[in-house]
Formats: sequence, structure tokens, C-alpha cells
Amino acid sequence: MRPEISGRISNEKRYPVTDTSLARSGTASRTQRQVIVALVRYGMFIALAIWLIAMSLSSEYFLTLTNFLNVLRQAAPLIIIGTGMTFVMATAGIDLSVGATVALISVLAASWLSFGLPVLVVLPLVLLVGILIGALTGYIVTLGVPAFVVTLAGLTSIRGVAFVYSDGYATPINDPVMIWIGRGDLFGINAPFLIAMVVAVIGWFVLNRTRFGLHTLATGGREEAARVMGLGIDRIKIMVYALTGGLAALGGIVISARLSNGSPNAGVMLELEVIAATVLGGTSLFGGRATIAGTVVGALLINFVRNGLNLMGVNPYWVQVVTGIILVVAVLMNTVLNRRVESWARATTEEDEE
Amino acid sequence: MSVNHIEMRNIYKSFGAVTALHDVSLELQAGKVLGLVGDNAAGKSTLMKILAGAIPPSRGEILIDGKPATYSSPIGARESGIEMIYQDFALVPELTVAQNIFLGREITRSFGGIRVLDRKKMNERARKLFSSLGLRVPSVTLSVQALSGGQQQAVAIARATGFDARLVIMDEPTANLGAPAIEKVRDTITGLKEAGVSVIIISHRLEDIFAIGDYMMVMKQGRVVGRRDVHDTDNAEIVEMIVTGQDPRRAGKAVA
Repeated sequence: MRPEISGRISNEKRYPVTDTSLARSGTASRTQRQVIVALVRYGMFIALAIWLIAMSLSSEYFLTLTNFLNVLRQAAPLIIIGTGMTFVMATAGIDLSVGATVALISVLAASWLSFGLPVLVVLPLVLLVGILIGALTGYIVTLGVPAFVVTLAGLTSIRGVAFVYSDGYATPINDPVMIWIGRGDLFGINAPFLIAMVVAVIGWFVLNRTRFGLHTLATGGREEAARVMGLGIDRIKIMVYALTGGLAALGGIVISARLSNGSPNAGVMLELEVIAATVLGGTSLFGGRATIAGTVVGALLINFVRNGLNLMGVNPYWVQVVTGIILVVAVLMNTVLNRRVESWARATTEEDEE
Repeated sequence: MSVNHIEMRNIYKSFGAVTALHDVSLELQAGKVLGLVGDNAAGKSTLMKILAGAIPPSRGEILIDGKPATYSSPIGARESGIEMIYQDFALVPELTVAQNIFLGREITRSFGGIRVLDRKKMNERARKLFSSLGLRVPSVTLSVQALSGGQQQAVAIARATGFDARLVIMDEPTANLGAPAIEKVRDTITGLKEAGVSVIIISHRLEDIFAIGDYMMVMKQGRVVGRRDVHDTDNAEIVEMIVTGQDPRRAGKAVA
């Protein structure tokens, strides 16, 4: 058949040097092609599945309900804050101050509760503090200061405030509502993971189904285009940082409740773990492409890897090394390989249509 | 006397110490095509961005059908029927064709009291829009980065012409295009004219304006050098005006 032959030739011409294996598989059938694209596109989901199966086979404690629920609880703060980070990264921004916000919220909540303030006043109040910190960050970003710098300043100064306020001491929390948030459960599922799921589902909905989500992606995809189309870019930026600040506060509440104390040392290095989970999931650091489901998977993967290695008795320091390696491999897959495979699939699909 | 369809009066714009436009005026009737020409930094793009609502003028006013326009944003300009096709098309690569077409004026429906995007309706309308304009794209649900340059321009044209535009501004519509694509752009402009839509073209290619334009306006360093009917001038005169920044006929009058 003539058209197919000419298609093959032009495909090889189009990708002569980039990757010969891909060019050769230009002759693959439609189904084979779809499989390859799906493998790369859903690589993180597959990696998580493989890891779960491998760990189930190598450790008898891994595949138990208790262990799973434990890991889900550990992953909860990452999912909660990662949902916000996904929005920030969708605008091509970054927020390094979330770990510090967790610490500040932790000491504020514990201290205000110890003053005898009712928990139903303290919780909205600390959420508001988080939102205001984020909104201020977003406002400074709209003035033209790079997000990296603004939030790096936040990382040091907000934690500084937490230390000044608490004088470096941790305050115990024994409020029953807080205890439930940290350790309670509903229908057998622990409260932190339930909260995380509610946040992720709402986050998914807002990102994918509302104008705000679409405009967030447009802002990060090409800011100048979003601007000339009249989207309120500054408002969007302030809102995504405010959202992340609020979710960092919620994460701070969950972490403090789980540990039953408010400490200025809460959430150290958490910002890096949140960013890692978000990037692992497939959200682009350069904006325009973001996925909440990916962030959830990224957070679960990080925690399941840690858990699996712990159960196998691997030195915990190695966990950090492995997490780092996974991160680099994942980003390679998400950027280089994904782009190459998608454009290759597109080119061959166009030939099918011609 | 009929009122002008689109009129800009004494538009003045400065960016800090730099004055980009010195009291520039422009008028255009419905269904006419104006070519805006001039060297780099003549102020053509600034003038058009003001008309499209992307930047506010320091002074001056815009009238549509004789009434002062009050918009202060691109969305306001688009609601008044003024659309602009940017040289880089101003598309978001990661969004789909339909998402780009409806960007900033999305169709929504109520979902339990919350406004959610009506993606089905937008995709459907986008599909209809392309077939009615005779433009081709592989799929309206494909992301724009998957399209060729010509297809991306088709998306930009569809976005600008699909919503009852009165005036479409095109910034260098034929730059970097092959002959068949240029022909298509010219057809589009002719179609707009027939529908009573005015068109302003910023172009370095004078032959395009001579082929499809009605008037020309030459600018240099933020001022209007002169205006011409395309049937009453030639390439040499326009080039002279662009280069010297002088209107030869006005100079002639002064002598006489």
C-alpha cells in the first residue's frame, strides 16, 4: 500500500537522529503504539503498582491493612499540601515556604489551644493565617520578584517567627478534636487520609472543571497569551499561593494533631518532599501542565518506597538516596521521554489520518 | 454623513520617559481594510494593542459607531467586537484547540450551584466554527502544541472571527508563511470584508496590502506620516514615506 510506505519513509526522515528505536517503531501497529504511549504517560501509576506487588512478595508485613492505612496516614500531609503546590506549579511558580508555614501553624495552634481558646475558633483562625501568608507571598510574586526568592525568604523567616513565638519549645496538644484529626478514623479509614482525599478531589475538580483551574493552567502555559486574552493573571497568582498557604496550614494542623504537639521543628524539609511528590506525579515545573491525581500517586510512591525499604530492614539513610534517584528518573520520563513519545505518536497518527 | 465604524482620536501613550505615540488618530468604515505600515518602533503594535484593550492609552479616546468605548481590558474590547490576532498567535500550547478558542469567555453550566466548564458544548461549538470558516484542524480536543504553524494560525483566526467581530486586527498575518497559507489568509480577509467586518493589518509586506487593502496609514516614531487610498498610490511612494517620515504631497502643498 503506497500511502503507508511513504508514511514510513517520511517518519524516518523526521526522526533520523533523535532516537533510532523510536523511528524504527514508527512501523508499529496502532495498538502497539497506544501501549507504548500509555506506558510512558502513566509511568508513575505503573511504577507504584509494580512497587506494591514487589514489596508484597518480599515482605509479609507489607500487604496488611494496618500497614497500608499507616502509609496512607503518613502520606496525607504530602497530598494535602501537594494539591496546593500543583496549582502553584501550574502557574510556573514554586512555593518553598510550606514547611515553615507548617511549623508556624503548629506552634500557633498549640499555643492558642493551651490558652483555652475553643478548637472551633483556633482551626479557622490558623487556616486564615496560612491563607494570608500565601496571599502576601502571591502579592509579592505579582510585583515581579521570582517565586523562588520570595518563598525562600518565607522558608527562613516564617520558621524564624515560629521559633521566636515558641521560644523553641514544643507545646503539647490534648484537645479531643485535634486528637481525632490526628488519630481518629471514619469507616475504618484514618482521618488524615480522609481529609487528604477530600482536598485532592476538590483540587482535581477545581483544576480540571472550573474557569479558575483553566486560567491557572493558561497563566503557566504562556503568560503573555493569558494576559492579552484578558485573564486576571495577578489575581490568579495571588489565589494559588493563598490556596497553598491555606493547605499548608491544614497540613500543619494534621501533622501537629498526629504528633500531639505544636513544635517549631515541624515540617523541616517538607517543602522539598512536597515538590518531589508533585514533580513525580507529572506536573511540569515550567507550568501549563498539572495533575492532581499524579501528585497523589507521587506522594503515595514516596511513602510506600520508604515503608517498603524500612520493612526490608534497609538503612533509612538509603531511603533518601533511593527517593532522589526515583525523582530524577521520573522527571526524565515526564519531560524528555514523554515529549519524544507523544510527538512521535502524533506524527504517526497524522499519517494514519492522511 | 455616516459615522465611522471605528475611530481612535488623539491617542497619546508614553512608557515612562519614552513617548510611543504622539496624538495618533485613525478612522475606518465598516467592511474596509486598512494597512498599517512603518518601520520598527513606529508605534504600530502599541497603537493596535491599545485598540485591542491590551494596554491603556495615556490620553485619547476610542469611538465605536460614534459612541465612546469604555473598555479597559482585552475582554472588554472583545465584548465590543474588537479582536486581535497576534503575531505569535497568543495561544497557550498546553491547552486544547477548543480551550484556546474560548479562553476568557468560556461557556459554563451549573453543577449543583457551582459554575463548571461546559466542555462538551465548547468542543461542539469549536468544531462548528471551524467548518463554517472552512478552516481545518485535526481535532479540537488536541493540544495546540501538537499543531503545525499554519494550523495554529487557523486556531487564532477562528478565535478572532468566530464571535461576531466588528473589527479584526492582524499583526503580521503573512510573516513566515508559505504561498498557499498566504492565499488562505487573504481569502479570510476578503470573507471578513464581505461580512461587513473591518480589518486592520500590520504588515511589512506591502504587496499584501496592495492586493486586499483599501487604505494605508504610514507611521514613523509614534506619529502618522500620511494616509492613502491604495488605488491612489504606489509602492515607491509608500516606501518613501516609511523611510523619510515625510508626506511628499503635503510637502508639495506647502511649497505651492
